[in-house]
Amino acid sequence: MALTSLDDLVAAIPSGATLSVPADYSGIAMAATAALVRHGTGGLHLICVPASGMQTDILVGEGLVATLETSAVTLGEAGGAPRFQAAARDGRLKLIDATCPAIHAGLLAAQKGVPFMPIRGIIGSDVLKHRADWKVIDNPFAGGDPIVIVPAISPDVALFHAPEADRFGNVRIGRRRELATMAYAAKKTLVTVERISETSLLADERDAAGVLPALYVSEITIAQRGAWPLGLWGEYAADGAEIARYAQMARTPQGFRAYMDGFLQRTRAAA
Amino acid sequence: MTGATRHEVLIACVARLLEGLHHVAVGASSPIPAAGAMLVRAQDEIAGREPLRISILGSEEHNFFTNGGVELFDCAAQGRIDAFFLGGGQIDGQGNINLVGSGDYPQSAVRWPGSFGSSFMYFVVPRVILFREEHSPRVFVERVDFISAPGTSAANVERRGGPYALLTGMAQFSFDKAHSRFRLESVHPGVTAADVRAATGFDYDASEDVPETTIPDAPTLALLRGRVREELAESYPQFAATLPEWREAA
Repeated sequence: MALTSLDDLVAAIPSGATLSVPADYSGIAMAATAALVRHGTGGLHLICVPASGMQTDILVGEGLVATLETSAVTLGEAGGAPRFQAAARDGRLKLIDATCPAIHAGLLAAQKGVPFMPIRGIIGSDVLKHRADWKVIDNPFAGGDPIVIVPAISPDVALFHAPEADRFGNVRIGRRRELATMAYAAKKTLVTVERISETSLLADERDAAGVLPALYVSEITIAQRGAWPLGLWGEYAADGAEIARYAQMARTPQGFRAYMDGFLQRTRAAA
Repeated sequence: MTGATRHEVLIACVARLLEGLHHVAVGASSPIPAAGAMLVRAQDEIAGREPLRISILGSEEHNFFTNGGVELFDCAAQGRIDAFFLGGGQIDGQGNINLVGSGDYPQSAVRWPGSFGSSFMYFVVPRVILFREEHSPRVFVERVDFISAPGTSAANVERRGGPYALLTGMAQFSFDKAHSRFRLESVHPGVTAADVRAATGFDYDASEDVPETTIPDAPTLALLRGRVREELAESYPQFAATLPEWREAA
């Protein structure tokens, strides 16, 4: 597989695309997110699998998100996500609140090529009340047993960061299986990695199960420390001081702008 | 040995609520629930019982899941998680919890992170412990502004889980599913039943004479200040540093 540049990678995300991104513990393509901001790709329908943090807060703060479908947005130890909170309060984006396993269930339906997936719980919540696209059916096998069904989620694009890919396009995802589910469900999967292996990641049976085959991968680019300031499993820890600095500055639109100017410069220099 | 601190009393409460269970999951930012679970595990081992299994979410070391973010929920759906902790920006007298925001949804005046997995976990985990240290009328409200997950469900809705107890910085409550009401079980040292009534925005049941929360005895404190404190420091270093440390001569 030919490697692409960071700019070409994000150019594959059209304005108005449905874009899925993983939770902070799975590998966030922050360098690509900066490139997306520079590119000004707007009108996104962002789907967090199943929750998100600084990546979503930045995209929302930049006004690039029209619709946000998520179970939660938080900066973790650094506190609430300030631009997300402000946008929710001011009604500047269409919010589709979900619950984590329902997002996994929707992706699983897409993975299997079926139109919906049933899921327990949720009945009686206001999450369900505000989801016209979720339905309650009677269990056709038992009767008298109401159960929620959620539609398949098939995003246009999935975007994440992983430790390594090989030159054939296989990507190591370890035990972050939601990355595979995201790729199965999406029409296009874009991946940034720390490095490229010359030998096939599928060569060793002992860890081949932790590899996403190239069949599901559309484009790959190298972005060293590409998750910074978030961490990458097995590679580096999150930069807590930097995330706390963001949390502090992003409390105001002016502070957010100032932070982003520095962030974009710094990530461009690294790219 | 010096007396139990406020946090140690809470940790011992958590431990009593988890006694006899097989598997508990705790959040990555929940040091008090985690400490309570570690205390039970230590007590189980000393007593020669099968020790409590603890999954710390988001931890690479203390979490055996290999099937991605969905495995916690699948595991709970299969009935393999006995207890879980939920909080919320608002909790009401019927056990409804709100993790979304205060004011009118979707333009919440104060927006919190979101429901996470609560809308599901509240239904499938048998013993959900509501834990919120701040005990005030703004948290414990008459009626939540948004129901992330309901306290109870109609009889025809499949549900084995739900609120089991509510633990706060002031008191411990139990939950009566049949009547959809909390009952004040005990008040922590230095707190009166009247203090709790004044700080709670919803009505609840209570006996004439509410007992004081059982404080951890000397062997429990020794475990907490020794082994549990050390184990806790691996995942929650900042919190562990705030707990008293066991000293032989003390």
